[in-house]
Amino acid sequence: MTRISNAALERLRDVAEWPELSNDRYEIVGAVGQGGMGTVFLARDRELEREVALKVLRSAASTPETALRLRREARILARLEHPGIVPVHDVGRLPDGRVYYVMKLVRGVRLDHYARDAVLTDLLRLFLRICETIGFAHAQGVVHRDLKPGNIMVGAFGEVLVLDWGIAKVAVEAVEAVGAVGEAADEADEKTADRRTGGPADETDEDDATKTAPGTILGTPGFMSPEQERGDVDQIDARSDVYSLGAVLRLLVTGAEGQLARLSAPLRPLRAIWRKAMAPIPADRYPSPQALAEDVARYLDAQPVEAYKEPLLEKGRRIVSKYQTPILLVLAYLAMRILFLVTRGM
Amino acid sequence: MTHDSAPTDQPRGFPLTRHSVLVELKSEDREKRERAWESLAAAYWRPVYCHIRLRWNVDREDAQDLAQDFFLRALGGHFFDGYDPGRARFRTFLRTCLDRFLANEQRDAGREKRGGGIIFLPIDVGEVEADLLANGSSASDPDQLFHREWVRSLFTLAVDALREECAGAGKEIQFSVFERADLLPVEGAERPSYRDLAAEFELPMTQVTNYLAFARREFRRLALERLASLCGSEEEYQSEARELFGIGPP
Repeated sequence: MTRISNAALERLRDVAEWPELSNDRYEIVGAVGQGGMGTVFLARDRELEREVALKVLRSAASTPETALRLRREARILARLEHPGIVPVHDVGRLPDGRVYYVMKLVRGVRLDHYARDAVLTDLLRLFLRICETIGFAHAQGVVHRDLKPGNIMVGAFGEVLVLDWGIAKVAVEAVEAVGAVGEAADEADEKTADRRTGGPADETDEDDATKTAPGTILGTPGFMSPEQERGDVDQIDARSDVYSLGAVLRLLVTGAEGQLARLSAPLRPLRAIWRKAMAPIPADRYPSPQALAEDVARYLDAQPVEAYKEPLLEKGRRIVSKYQTPILLVLAYLAMRILFLVTRGM
Repeated sequence: MTHDSAPTDQPRGFPLTRHSVLVELKSEDREKRERAWESLAAAYWRPVYCHIRLRWNVDREDAQDLAQDFFLRALGGHFFDGYDPGRARFRTFLRTCLDRFLANEQRDAGREKRGGGIIFLPIDVGEVEADLLANGSSASDPDQLFHREWVRSLFTLAVDALREECAGAGKEIQFSVFERADLLPVEGAERPSYRDLAAEFELPMTQVTNYLAFARREFRRLALERLASLCGSEEEYQSEARELFGIGPP
């Protein structure tokens, strides 16, 4: 009888779920994270001698629908060439039928962990880059739908990467322009794979797995918009991401505990900004991430923000704070001048 | 991608068909009942023994006798008749039965002489004792200990079946590569890379990955097969499988 040590026990539990990469290009080093439907592994690309991340559907989550979703996620990522979005290198299928894709290995920390020790102005600058990334995706017809600190990484050099595009929504025209042929091919591929593996081949005949059925709730509570919470799929658009960005901004300013009471007066414009971004009715929100970013940038430049009607006293304080040096110089000059006049008169 | 053998009939998800040890334990057919009992004892002997030793603080000989009595009771009577898959996992139910049985035994201690010294399974108690000495104290939680030993039993059965299967199919080398890569890791030591394994077994690296893919897939299938036979319901099986391989719900 075989004797299995504790170390072997753990190893067997791990490797049983590891992707069976029956080729010589990628070597699995270990699991690095688990998402809703897939596990991300650290792998070594022997061909190019570099470390990569390999995302594969978990066995238990592997269905024709999730396989299509993962392929679709890879295709979306491949389309979104932007420094804030992880580039995809390769897509494939394992011998056991599971779909995987290979992407750049992201090294960094989650935004909420990074935020614990960071200065607010740095965080706001990071936030501008997040908005820019999401704005770029929207321009390509892609709505993320699951923006939250856990899906945003901050790299060692302060670079921002938005991850997990698994439930992204692609605008119809964008699908028609770029993805329709690929998705039709994927669907055919999934049906073939299903027949091969004895799975439910007929399910996708009528069901477009890349679309989200009305009533389906996709997103993360606390960060998803009211229309997402209602499962109102037709109402979800770029402004749903604006809502989530507002929730991210709130977390960056108030911390994980949401200590609103601690907010000092100078932070009130920021509160107005996230409140506008998180308005229950989409029409009341910023129309785009760029518009939201512009308001945050105004705050950083000590200018009046669009979302906040400033009381006179606060306006005075802000102006004094912004023009502190010239005001001090003028005051010093005036004081000197008065002193001079007084001494001459004497 | 190529791989060592054709995909199994059910290469992903969970096996669809299974014969249930728990159903056969209640069979009218004595042969079937005994076979089911043997499977049950093979999977649970070790956790039951460890539980008696550590949780009930019983010495080695008495623990062995008590474990034997417990399984004999399961074979002879309607020990598990009260099991309702809708209320608890079989693993939990069995441990509750065991605790009740041990409490009764403790109460009746001295009233009758236990045992007869019959060892009904080829279990190396010395080996279990050595493991307990090395790891027993690390799992102070009885649930944790019982679960860990149960997983060890299940994996041991699957690995033994895999070894037998490979030997029968002339695939000893596949098993050896798997054994070297996954069964012999030493605590804290770096595991061998594909390159190391290729050099050690004088195989191309592609062959090493193919062999490992085959063996891991078969190991998983065999472990899940055994697990399925020991669960009372499909839901229990799925939940146990997820817990076993660290797979979260879809």
